[in-house]
Amino acid sequence: MSNQTEAETDLVARAETIASFEHQHTLLSRIQHALHSNPALVPLIVLVASVLVFGALLGTKFFSSFAMTLILQQVAIVGIVGAAQSLVILTAGIDLSVGAIMVLSSVIMGQFTFRLGLPPAVAVACGLAIGTLIGFINGWLIARIKLPPFIVTLGMWQIALASNFLYSGNETIRAQDIEANAPLLQFFGQSFSFGGAVFTYGVIFFILLVLALAYVLRHTAWGRHVYAVGDDPEAAELSGVNTRRILISVYALSGLICAFAGWVLIGRIGSVSPTSGQSANIESITAVVIGGISLFGGRGSILGMFFGALIVGVFSLGLRLLGADAQWTYLLIGALIIGAVAVDQWIRKVSA
Amino acid sequence: MEPILSARNLNKRYGRVTALDNCDFDLMPGEILAVIGDNGAGKSSLIKALSGAIKVDSGDIFLDGQAVNFSSPIDARNAGVETVYQTLAMSPALSIADNMFMGREIRKSGFMGKVMRQLDRPAMERIARQKLSDLGLMTIQNINQAVETLSGGQRQGVAVARAAAFGSKVIILDEPTAALGVKESRRVLDLILDVRARDIPIILISHNMPHVFEVADRIHVHRLGRRLCVIDPKDYTMSDAVAFMTGAKAAPGAVASAA
Repeated sequence: MSNQTEAETDLVARAETIASFEHQHTLLSRIQHALHSNPALVPLIVLVASVLVFGALLGTKFFSSFAMTLILQQVAIVGIVGAAQSLVILTAGIDLSVGAIMVLSSVIMGQFTFRLGLPPAVAVACGLAIGTLIGFINGWLIARIKLPPFIVTLGMWQIALASNFLYSGNETIRAQDIEANAPLLQFFGQSFSFGGAVFTYGVIFFILLVLALAYVLRHTAWGRHVYAVGDDPEAAELSGVNTRRILISVYALSGLICAFAGWVLIGRIGSVSPTSGQSANIESITAVVIGGISLFGGRGSILGMFFGALIVGVFSLGLRLLGADAQWTYLLIGALIIGAVAVDQWIRKVSA
Repeated sequence: MEPILSARNLNKRYGRVTALDNCDFDLMPGEILAVIGDNGAGKSSLIKALSGAIKVDSGDIFLDGQAVNFSSPIDARNAGVETVYQTLAMSPALSIADNMFMGREIRKSGFMGKVMRQLDRPAMERIARQKLSDLGLMTIQNINQAVETLSGGQRQGVAVARAAAFGSKVIILDEPTAALGVKESRRVLDLILDVRARDIPIILISHNMPHVFEVADRIHVHRLGRRLCVIDPKDYTMSDAVAFMTGAKAAPGAVASAA
């Protein structure tokens, strides 16, 4: 409220223009306003800068279509899970069960095919359905019983992970068996290339998913309601948004997307392993935060998460090619996370 | 003249506390009716009952002569009773246009709207801009500006414009000037008069006697859970009104006639 007096003088001066907007013309405040309306701008700038820096240091070894698409392949799974996480965090929640849902779904797709002898397509459908169901239960507990998202999904993480180990008997289904008997499970591992660029179907799915969610969040009433619920749930409710339905649908959709990530995971590693993907939780939250989506909800864009995931990929590959210790990646990512949240806080002050 | 919104014998109890005690209420077409009362007199219970936020234990509410039974604020809104809450109920990070159409978005026609569920942004922005300037209140430069970048008075203006744009029958304003400075209050009071000029009746809840006496056509004085009296601000002073609502002075027997 520091410019209250300024605003008031303005109002007197322009009696007919109560809602015309006073502009402070400092460069910094312009930047602040630009970032406020385009939250994906910061991660995009960081992404372009890091690509240029590593490109300058490594030359064509890094600046090749092969290396660029390799980064996409490496971040595809984290990115898909990050898309689910983005939806949840936009509602001011958090989903700690994303990784566990992903692994459980992949195990169900594998075991239903090999243990129960179901056709792969049916097994995949079952995996997707169970992922959605777990997400729905999360959403129901959060929206109906009013339990905090952190607690619900922390519990669901343990439940889904334990079910995964209990059901699979800690047994891995080998890649050769899948390839011979149920190639559909490895569908997202298939790839095509032109030039040196290699695109797996998993990468294509990741990009299409991000584009689809960007459209839905920006151009449909449901998407606007997701933002409104995250921004101020009471205001959203009073404005006529069915907040409970929005929350339940967001968590269920998150579960479905994580199940798809499980399917993509089979394609990526070839086998079905109950111990894979354990770091997906924290990596997805990292991508979301670096992508400029506010953990307090209601702000940010899914494209930002896309850039955030790519930033992590660029750093890991670039530093590996430079021969640096892998710990440098974590150190720099850690600094980026703190920096991203600091920028978020600064952008929020735009109204002051 | 028939009241557009009226209530008879409303009762609401919270445990041993009686919030509404056989309360009556009448809002005439085209008027600004102020509701004043001491803290705890039950005026917010009355307003919540009228706007669908609480259900009364007994009593009847009539809108346009028809008995209505609102189970939620959305219900009341769909019937044409819009409430501007003290908190404004806006999403700060979303744009003016998004906020005005929150919960009643317009979709495109044809394939993009029906199958792809795409919002008709140009139409929503056009209508939002038009509704704001219809009220003679703003030359909006950027209807896509986030609400949080607006001043308190501007936000209140958008909230009132939203209610006026969709509130076909009645607008309830809960303490619209409580959080504002002197000049911003001035603009909002002008805005309230503008809305009345468009023949939309307004219920104004306020603690600010000068504001009430300036804009209200009639004043409903609420005391001990019921309507004590309705006075014409031209016939009484502010200190009379305060005396009635605190019980320091006996209320006039006759209820003032509608303006």
